[in-house]
Amino acid sequence: MSTPIEVKTTVTVAAPKAAAAPKDEIIALAQKWKKKKGSLIMALHDLQGRLGYVPRESAMKLGREMDVPLARIYEVVTFYNYFKLEAPGKYIISVCTGTACHIKGSGELLKGLEKELQVKEGQSTPDKEYHLQGVRCLGCCGLAPLASVNGKVYGKLKTDESHFVIERIQIDKPMVHATEEAAAE
Amino acid sequence: MKPEELEVKAAAEVARQQAFDARLVCCSSTGCQSSGAAEIIAGLKAELKAKQLDTKVQVTGTGCMGLCSKGPLIRMNSKHQKEILFCDIKPEMAALVIDEVVAPVVNGATIESPAGGLEEHFLDLDAPFFAMQDRVVLENNGRSDPEKLDEYLAHGGYQGLRKALSMTSEEICSEMLASGLRGRGGAGFPTGLKWNFARKVSADVKYVICNGDEGDPGAFMDRSVLEGDPHAVIEGMLIAARAMEATHGVFYIRAEYPLAVERIEKALRQARAAGLVGKNILESGWAFDFDIRLGAGAFVCGEETALIASVEGLRGTPRPRPPFPAVKGLWDQPTCVNNVETLANVPRIMLRGAEWFAAKGTDKSKGTKVFALTGKIKNNGLVEVPMGITLRQIVETIGGGTGTERKIKAIQTGGPSGGMIPEHQFDTPVSYEHLQQLGSMMGSGGLIVIDEKDSVVELARFYLDFCVDESCGKCAPCRIGGTQMLSMLDHIVDGTGTTEDVRKIRKVAKAMQKASLCALGQTAPNPTLSALKHFESEFTERLVPQA
Repeated sequence: MSTPIEVKTTVTVAAPKAAAAPKDEIIALAQKWKKKKGSLIMALHDLQGRLGYVPRESAMKLGREMDVPLARIYEVVTFYNYFKLEAPGKYIISVCTGTACHIKGSGELLKGLEKELQVKEGQSTPDKEYHLQGVRCLGCCGLAPLASVNGKVYGKLKTDESHFVIERIQIDKPMVHATEEAAAE
Repeated sequence: MKPEELEVKAAAEVARQQAFDARLVCCSSTGCQSSGAAEIIAGLKAELKAKQLDTKVQVTGTGCMGLCSKGPLIRMNSKHQKEILFCDIKPEMAALVIDEVVAPVVNGATIESPAGGLEEHFLDLDAPFFAMQDRVVLENNGRSDPEKLDEYLAHGGYQGLRKALSMTSEEICSEMLASGLRGRGGAGFPTGLKWNFARKVSADVKYVICNGDEGDPGAFMDRSVLEGDPHAVIEGMLIAARAMEATHGVFYIRAEYPLAVERIEKALRQARAAGLVGKNILESGWAFDFDIRLGAGAFVCGEETALIASVEGLRGTPRPRPPFPAVKGLWDQPTCVNNVETLANVPRIMLRGAEWFAAKGTDKSKGTKVFALTGKIKNNGLVEVPMGITLRQIVETIGGGTGTERKIKAIQTGGPSGGMIPEHQFDTPVSYEHLQQLGSMMGSGGLIVIDEKDSVVELARFYLDFCVDESCGKCAPCRIGGTQMLSMLDHIVDGTGTTEDVRKIRKVAKAMQKASLCALGQTAPNPTLSALKHFESEFTERLVPQA
């Protein structure tokens, strides 16, 4: 069976300072990106990379610090698929819905996971443990169909393997946490 | 770095590699990473150390070798042994690989045929999948470690830039034009012409942008090039910058490709430290540097004016042209946007000359093209083939057919903007013109194979749904037309459609093609129209029977 390997999910810039309070973190982040013209999207990547989504308060703070109206921030955040306005669950299960995966039955895989987790695509479980989403091509089409959990890619799945994905999460939970801690350092 | 030092460093790297008895390179791209490549590399290294072979055998990562479905792939080169390509290697097999193959070879043995439990793990390098490819863009994939500058230098890296530095901007543009290189993003505009337009506009600030926002779902050529040979793209950008006298470079890369971003960042750091990027490049007095901008998941950003808006930190909506970006682009300055694969061709053309490149391919489509071969195909993965090869050779000979009892029904090239090509037209040679004649397009290189069981109606719906979802909403033909077309197509898929729906789909499609602002809307009807053209019966079968 496919062996999981982590793929970094946050790609933006230097690792966050663990000790800094979120408020100061946003100020520092805004100041860094403000220097470069047209960096709003990069600043938002930076922000979401730290918090997992773009909370309203952080967006307001970021706007004030960068001299960007909140409306402009929302205009951008809602345009691009990558940005989230609500906190996702702890384990983000992304089922690739690119063409190669579609042909190989990613739709069934997604339906299976919806059933398994009792949520619809794009939603989190009430306990905020899991978030299920369909994503655009992950670029590993040779391994279709595939899903990723917090950036770890599981390839060559069978369409009825939704239970497998959930099982893998249970097994990998300690590993995912280790990655998060490493990222925070 | 002085220009002469390039050779010194290259020679030193070649000597370093030759000091080893054998060299194992393991694919370290995203695909194989997910199959455990990092653990395998670590396992092989640990095993070699334990057996005191680590001074004799070198282990390193490399870019995508193509056959992703059989990954991770490991290539072994040694002095006396014919090249071996391992496939489907699991981390726990490291000891087996060393004991059964690597150690004996280092000790002078020759491996004729796979044995010792590795029977299923050897790939035949003489098989058509490998033998029929012509690797220009991907030449370093499977050969060099993308994370080491010296390995790139060992294969003539940055020599193209060196040559470009001794030429005038006009000469570089003419060389590119003579090579016949055309944009690999899909439209196929001659690169030399494009650069020359930007060159002729005089301005204090000019930008060159690398479009790494590979949006076609089902394609991963650009990811593989960025991950597998980042320095080639950087060198291509530098040459492009010289040709159009640009002052700033921008890499625009999908955020969904973290490894590609990481590799470009790393390569830029290395190039800056070596004096190949930054101030006084190769001691020529010329200064040039790059910024990296991440996409955020918007297919429309593949369109250059939308991409430029996104680089400016705005919503990625296109604007009418003219003015073309070559006149008024990023921050209203002259700008040239080039695709990753196009740029990766550039250093090779500069190094080996326009004639060498122009000798490959057809009359009007020169060089090679990288395709991501996916869907119902046996040899799933990345291939680079000379232009002019037939679709049948790609799909059946290189791809090995479906690999099941079912026959191939059609292929789709060009992703959501392209069209379906039925099996009886597979003898068409691959070129920009030929594919367009078939009602499809070259596109960026996605090549999806569907078999007899797959429904073209549903595939057409899938692509249209994608385009409707990705429409930026700025112009009415795309925003409204797409939605209307999709609702009619939905009816047909559900079995509630009528002949009137088919008629209207054709009508709306025509309006979208003619009146949409950008290529997304203009091409969104293509999959549906081509499906209707070649497989109309599949649509009519689903319609409500007429009284």
